[in-house]
Amino acid sequence: MSKRRTERLLSIVVLLLSSRRYLTAEQIRAAVSGYPEEQEAFKRMFERDKEELRDLGIPLETGRSTPFDDDLGYRISRQDYELPEIHLEPDEAAVLGIASRVWQSAELAGAAAGAALKLRAASREADGDGAASPPPGIQPRLTTQEPAFGPLWEAVRDRRPVTFGHRKSGRSEVTKRILEPWGVVNRRGRWYVAGHDRARDAPRVFRLSRITGPVKPAGPPGSVKVPDGVDVREMVRDWDKPQAREYTATLRVRADAGNALHRWGRAAPDATHPGWDRLTIDYSDPEWYAGYLAGFGQDVVVLDPPELREAVIRQLKGALA
Amino acid sequence: MSGQPRMVTSAERLRRLLALVPYVSARRVVGLAETAQTFGMTERELIDDLNLAWCVELRAPEPYCPIDLSYEDGEISISQAESIARPLRLAADEASALLVALRMLAEAGGDGDAVARLIAKIEDAAGAAGAASAQVAVQIEHPNARGMAAALDAALAAGKRVHLRYYNPGRDEETERDVDPMRLLVVEGRTYLEGWCRRAEGVRLFRLDRVLSADVLDVPAEVPDKAEPKDVDAGLFTASPSDVLVELDLGPGARWLAEYYLCDSVTELPDGWLRVALRTPDTTWVRRRALQHGEDVRVIAPAGLADEVRAAAAAALALYE
Repeated sequence: MSKRRTERLLSIVVLLLSSRRYLTAEQIRAAVSGYPEEQEAFKRMFERDKEELRDLGIPLETGRSTPFDDDLGYRISRQDYELPEIHLEPDEAAVLGIASRVWQSAELAGAAAGAALKLRAASREADGDGAASPPPGIQPRLTTQEPAFGPLWEAVRDRRPVTFGHRKSGRSEVTKRILEPWGVVNRRGRWYVAGHDRARDAPRVFRLSRITGPVKPAGPPGSVKVPDGVDVREMVRDWDKPQAREYTATLRVRADAGNALHRWGRAAPDATHPGWDRLTIDYSDPEWYAGYLAGFGQDVVVLDPPELREAVIRQLKGALA
Repeated sequence: MSGQPRMVTSAERLRRLLALVPYVSARRVVGLAETAQTFGMTERELIDDLNLAWCVELRAPEPYCPIDLSYEDGEISISQAESIARPLRLAADEASALLVALRMLAEAGGDGDAVARLIAKIEDAAGAAGAASAQVAVQIEHPNARGMAAALDAALAAGKRVHLRYYNPGRDEETERDVDPMRLLVVEGRTYLEGWCRRAEGVRLFRLDRVLSADVLDVPAEVPDKAEPKDVDAGLFTASPSDVLVELDLGPGARWLAEYYLCDSVTELPDGWLRVALRTPDTTWVRRRALQHGEDVRVIAPAGLADEVRAAAAAALALYE
């Protein structure tokens, strides 16, 4: 059954590509096998077929060949249909192979592989040549485990506003957002969406893993305009920017442990505590750094500043509970 | 994987046929096995597709068969493909998925020249369909990893052994080892060297931002035949039977751990808490994370680990008395 449908769709494509004139539904029905006799059933089936062809990206045009034609007709312009001539060098064909395996999510992996096949089909390069140049040594992989990725990719592609629930880092409550998405960015392996937050009336960046529940359209396609000069990479980089290390701590660290601290800090043996070093080191976020130092357990003692010392003690008492 | 039977929708099959016919047409004669492999299908499926194309018949105005082809002795040739001899243009998802992947490859430091040439050709061929790709970007961890990637890529191409100084933050440990490079990977935004580690006598992954230094040795790399590359598509870290099953409850401040580490299961609990289960060969890092997050991490299992965390917290606190 599916085979007959494929055959019918393929016949329509061949027919409409070879005709310069617009062909009416009746003319198509006469040329292509597989449509039912009954008129209503034919109409339904023909509608579904048109939709499927358009979903595949086939540029199905409607119009009339002369102003005197009663019925609308269909045709496919060859110029709009055909992929332009392209020639791939052997090293480019090798790169294409690597690139078509980057996406790990089924839908985009399928899209990239489909594109690669079309390009190889269009290119008259001798395939055997690919073996002559070794493929690049680097093999990137891109995963999209966040359920929000698919709807946001589509919203960015279709320039459509969306609404979703968002949970801030370290908070338990979920707030509802309406966003005009400007772009999605993967930074350090995490996906972010950047855009205009309507309620805040300001540009905002959200991490996809902090989006809870479904992402739904909140306006028609084409209604989002990305302002000139917006660089979504820049927006995400700024949002995720490391802070300046404006504080300095004094620590006592076991001489044979705390490798990372020894690498980044300035250490000297502690005269009063054999086997320990006294070490000064710069840091940016006091709350995060207290946790980081607590992680070293009994290999590190904070001497100064007192706020950091207190924060580490609080953290350790929390772990004791 | 190619060659495994699976359901193909009529739309997918049509998409494939519209690439298959041009692929064969452009090559005059092409091997059956090789074509099946390129299109990720079995030879049986390929022959079914060829039969389907060959069977297409237009009945009006005069009956004719637009596609004429033959396959024998393991070779296919298409003598007539009419209007579908050229592939269909790239759809928006196809062009964007491939361009995003290629730009990621360029960012990862892959074969710069061929990647840049291919990007330009595809942008040209895709036209407006590639527009959405400008709103999707991938950035890769650590600028310093890029120079390192280039150096290791060169060692890989030259087939040389490398000497690494490597830092493991989970164990707070610095090690030196000789590695025979196998490939460079970018997974979840981070670049890794996969290679045969002569110290561990096994295949190991090294995160490039944790490589403190890499010296290319004037010794040829010898990767043993038994060295199997990891199937990173199934996940970077695959559990082994000897791993410990760890269960943790994570409060709002520690929820990020559920994204940072690969978990077997993640369940929402009241008040923004999560319960996660994961497997690991070494629980040192869990103890460290538990100390780091204080009351936001509760070790549920194994019981021994919960005791270890409390003992470590008590020992650390004793130093402040």
